[in-house]
Amino acid sequence: MNSLRRFFKEISQYPSAVIGMLLILGLVIFSIYTVITIPYEEAISLWRGDENVWYRTPKTAQPKWINWFRKDDVPETFWLNTAEGDGTKTEEFSNGTNKIFISLPFEYNSIYFPQEMSIYFTSQFAAKEPFVDIKMITPTGEEIRIGSFAVGRKHTYRFSQDQKLQRRLKGNSPEQGIFMNLTSETEQLRAVPGTYELQIEGVAFEENSTVDVEFVVYGDVYGWAGTDHRRRDISIALMWGAPVALAFGLLAALGTTVMTMIIAAVGTWYGGWVDEIIQRITEVNLILPFLSILIMIGTFYSRSLSVMLVAVVSLSIFGGAIKVFRANFLQIKESPYVEAARAYGASDRRIILNYLVPRIIPLLLPQLVILIPTNVFLEASLTIIGLGDPVLPTWGKLIREGIGNGALLQGQFYWVLQPAVILLITGLSFAMVGFSMDRIFNPKLRSV
Amino acid sequence: MPNDTLLRIEDLILHFKTRQGTVQAVDGIFFELGYEEAVVVLGESGCGKSSLAKAILRLLPRNVERYQGRIYLENTEIMALDDEEFRKNVRWVGISLVPQAAMNALNPVLKVGEQVAEPAIVHLGVSKAEAVGLVKKMFEHVGVPEDFINRYPFELSGGMRQRVAIAMSLVTSPNLIVLDEPTSALDVLTQASIFNVLKRLKKELGIGFILITHDIATSSELADTIAVMYAGQIVEVSDAYHFFEKPLHPYSQKLMASVPRLHSSTEPEFITGRPPSLIALPKGCRFKERCPFRFEKCDEDPPVFQKEGRQVRCWLYA
Repeated sequence: MNSLRRFFKEISQYPSAVIGMLLILGLVIFSIYTVITIPYEEAISLWRGDENVWYRTPKTAQPKWINWFRKDDVPETFWLNTAEGDGTKTEEFSNGTNKIFISLPFEYNSIYFPQEMSIYFTSQFAAKEPFVDIKMITPTGEEIRIGSFAVGRKHTYRFSQDQKLQRRLKGNSPEQGIFMNLTSETEQLRAVPGTYELQIEGVAFEENSTVDVEFVVYGDVYGWAGTDHRRRDISIALMWGAPVALAFGLLAALGTTVMTMIIAAVGTWYGGWVDEIIQRITEVNLILPFLSILIMIGTFYSRSLSVMLVAVVSLSIFGGAIKVFRANFLQIKESPYVEAARAYGASDRRIILNYLVPRIIPLLLPQLVILIPTNVFLEASLTIIGLGDPVLPTWGKLIREGIGNGALLQGQFYWVLQPAVILLITGLSFAMVGFSMDRIFNPKLRSV
Repeated sequence: MPNDTLLRIEDLILHFKTRQGTVQAVDGIFFELGYEEAVVVLGESGCGKSSLAKAILRLLPRNVERYQGRIYLENTEIMALDDEEFRKNVRWVGISLVPQAAMNALNPVLKVGEQVAEPAIVHLGVSKAEAVGLVKKMFEHVGVPEDFINRYPFELSGGMRQRVAIAMSLVTSPNLIVLDEPTSALDVLTQASIFNVLKRLKKELGIGFILITHDIATSSELADTIAVMYAGQIVEVSDAYHFFEKPLHPYSQKLMASVPRLHSSTEPEFITGRPPSLIALPKGCRFKERCPFRFEKCDEDPPVFQKEGRQVRCWLYA
């Protein structure tokens, strides 16, 4: 405990280490928060998602913070749902008909037009479908008739697909025509900001029959991370990428270093044919093509994260580090205190664990910390080349899908850059801590 | 019981295989040691003293060519034990070792308290708390302050480290301790105080010592029996009193003459020539090349002769 405090005291003298540790702490808190707020099952189902989950989000919308850097804000995405208490809804039952009046006022603050608008109707009835009549009141008080039709239990009305409405709006597509000042000749290509009101009058023909509507305006920005080509919220992948990357990085690094160290220690201590076999395996393993084997496993066996983790660890155990550790162990093995330990009858296990291993820890810890981002990047790289876990949303997958869907060609930089920047920060934070630790544990490097 | 033999070594042989040839580091060692006795093994550098210590404790390197002989520890033939039995029943339980260069014999990443407790935990199976109690007792015996338990070896002076190493050899209360040049790197004052510690231990705890050294003067402090080693062989075994009075073997005589004396006009002598290489030993007596009394018989291997209750490997006493 004391030595831990001393370690923190010493490492706090390196500003880069402090920044690195704060970043790591932030990432860890972020990961814990993610796993608690979006449980694994939910994340998977959200990311597998279809129209039923993501019907209210726009396609490839930019993140909200884009507006901080713009003079004129682009429209945000929002929705109003009468079932959730938005707007006002009144019902009046008389003479066997139920008259429904719905008013949904909303502020429109952008001079740009929305991507699209839709109204989702849900109605309850026994035999006869309710009938609705839709109007839009503009800030100038003008009344635009949208349309009237009967609605089934589930009915979707898309403004953009209404040809009649387009004709009524002098040939302008509805999501534009509604918001522009049609009387003015000059300001035609800008939306008029102000308070709009969607009015829906409905007639139902049964006592308990009613209509609920959800009105969605698809803007150009959504959430703090934007959406992808399948309307999915990118923030889910950004958030879930953190625990996945950290877990993969940490487990792979820990598994590799600890196993390598133990194998090197055992080989060196027993020497002879044990050492011989370990060294030959290492040499063979060193010339095996790492990536090709992973691609093979991914193609023919499984691409799940745990399989990849096991493959990465088992391919790295007999890595170059074994030679480094062995060189150090050989030196320690010959030191008088190891012979003294042998003399007092310490067992082989005791000598390996109490005498050899502790001496190697100063060498091992910085390497371990630096190995974590290496494995984080490896996981991302594998995903980018198509060997990622098929179900998990990760940073690498965002980059892969972004590039695959032309994000960079269409200027949707947020899609690729956000995960890239988070990857960068992760790598940087561990590297900053690792290099500082190296300077503390191996002071000989300080002068170099 | 005090007159019983604690340790008897007969014809102990340890040869190493090297690229140049066979190194006959230990070649026919014999001596006896009673309870509460100290044997000093005297010899110059490279005569196989440390190999003898290793041979007794079976701490063998990889390149052993020949390892045989008989070692009786309290009437048990310990050479007949297998490695695991040897580790459990002999090392530290029967015989402890204070290794050469005790300064480096401590694990730098363990606190000395833990280090000294290790043998007790390994062999006696005591708990950590009990072991700490034992360590404190041992520290008291060897004169190390109790609070040194929590220090690391690098925080200790050479003399203190040597004491800690001795405390470590005591912790399982063995009957016999092998000390391999315990004072060679220390100044004379520290040497003296270490020897006082050893003397007290011998008296208070009744421990037998095998002290391996090249230092004749300090060894006389502790010795009951002197065994002189030359080129891997014991050339003379004698009780200390008679040995210092009149050494028998020519090598012993020369060795004694090389010690500088206070208030005396006699110049310290040195032995001409060099000790033979342990790889290419001469036929016959191994000391003949440097011996002033050489005669024809010396070309034959000398057996061990008994003379006045002392043993000497020299044709002069045939």
